[in-house]
Amino acid sequence: MTAAAAFQAPVHSQFFVELEEVTLSYGRGERQVAALGLTNLRLTKGDFVALVGPSGCGKSTILKLVSGLVNATTGYVYVAGRQVGAEPVRVGMAFQNPTMLPWLTVRENVMLPLKIVPPFRAQYRAKRNGEFRDRADALLKEVGLANFGDKRPWQLSGGMLQRASLCRALVHEPQLLMLDEPFGALDQFTREELWAIMQDLWTKMRPTVLLVTHDLKEAAYLANRICVMRARPGQIIDDAEVPFARPRTIEMSYTPPFVALTQRLRELIVSARPVKEAA
Amino acid sequence: MSPQFRRHIWSGLFIVGFFLLWEALCWAFNVSDIVLPKPSQIIATMIVRMPALWPHVLQTLYTTLIGFGLGIAIGIALGVLVGSSRLAYDVAYPLLIGFATIPKVAVVPIFVLWFGAGGVPAVLTAMIMCIFPIVVNVATGLATTEPELEDVMRALHANKLEILWNVGLPRTMPYFFASLKVSVTLAFVGTVISETVASNRGIGNVMMIASSNFDVPLVFAGLLILAVLGVALYAIFSVIETNITGWAHRKDEMALG
Repeated sequence: MTAAAAFQAPVHSQFFVELEEVTLSYGRGERQVAALGLTNLRLTKGDFVALVGPSGCGKSTILKLVSGLVNATTGYVYVAGRQVGAEPVRVGMAFQNPTMLPWLTVRENVMLPLKIVPPFRAQYRAKRNGEFRDRADALLKEVGLANFGDKRPWQLSGGMLQRASLCRALVHEPQLLMLDEPFGALDQFTREELWAIMQDLWTKMRPTVLLVTHDLKEAAYLANRICVMRARPGQIIDDAEVPFARPRTIEMSYTPPFVALTQRLRELIVSARPVKEAA
Repeated sequence: MSPQFRRHIWSGLFIVGFFLLWEALCWAFNVSDIVLPKPSQIIATMIVRMPALWPHVLQTLYTTLIGFGLGIAIGIALGVLVGSSRLAYDVAYPLLIGFATIPKVAVVPIFVLWFGAGGVPAVLTAMIMCIFPIVVNVATGLATTEPELEDVMRALHANKLEILWNVGLPRTMPYFFASLKVSVTLAFVGTVISETVASNRGIGNVMMIASSNFDVPLVFAGLLILAVLGVALYAIFSVIETNITGWAHRKDEMALG
């Protein structure tokens, strides 16, 4: 479908993000590997959905599909009502690896999306970026990196880099935020601190978030909904609302309903494991 | 005294010692000037003949720099082409290696055939000598860019050019400057080869004539000049490298806990 045709096409989906009968496989013919079995997923605007499941279940693949980095083999991916890519949606991404550019300062790294994404791009090129500096500094302050804007990434610890990476994912006010295990490589305390920060930022900015994680507690703390996936073929086997009131706290995660939820998710994942690997 | 300063002193002493040993051995074994002149004699020759040598020094230097400049331009262009796609890398690499393995002396007669003896073949020889390391390094730097860095950019709907400009090229700079240090000395080799074979100017030509006149001290004076120029250019690009790509040579003691 050409861009012009897509532009005139009617709105296909009332949901902000919709995966309709999507499958994805790599390779061709005999050696074809299915990364994602038949999948349906719907996100309303401003929702916060976590994807949990074992390694290789296609969690990250869903993120890549929604952000337009890979194309579905069959089925349709709609973002903002139209096929992915047709509508200019601002996307923010953060990975397990903070992927800061080492030749830029932390502030310049955070400002990177403003340099690329319209409508900020034009203003950035016109050198009127003082306002952007303030915006980056405000975000850095919010995650506890107030005086680190002029430092180089390699002068920061892993947890600090991950905070900066969150700032970079949010600086251009994305409508869609893709988080691929962003807290996975951090120690328990830093992780819990960043959950609280993430929750604050989401409450304030309300992007639509897809969070991929291995950590069930993290999913239950942050998300409105948790989708449980199984591997080979990657599929969503459960889609559960998280009923807890916000703002959520670490103390909450020790209450019986919270523990019961994570228990149930855990059992779902374990029981869906392919039999030959159970031993 | 800092450890670095001490290292500089030691390497300085080592160089001086090398020449003193050379001088001493020449005295001890009474070596003839025609076989191996003494360092003192070489330096004296260089100083005495400098007025006549100077235009040749300049000729060699600027031939080298022009060739080097052309080599950088073409090297970057080819490197970006080869490094920016897997296909181009696989397709172009064998041919590049083929060109790189040709001894460059063998190419000089062809250039002379096309452009006549003189400055042009020297510039071209210097250029082809220094292209290959630049191409390989730029291409490697681009080809090994972390896919996640590109994913960040692609998710922002950055086009190929923006990714190249904001991620690919800056990331390649340390590789590029490392290759410049090597290339500038290679460009020198290229110039001198060509001057030796087909030119009536330049240090290479002076050495060629001197050796056919058995003026061995002058041959060595030429060598010494080439060595000094080569080291100087290497040092200049080394300094530029550390200033521009300092982020790649980070010091761990500066990192925070």
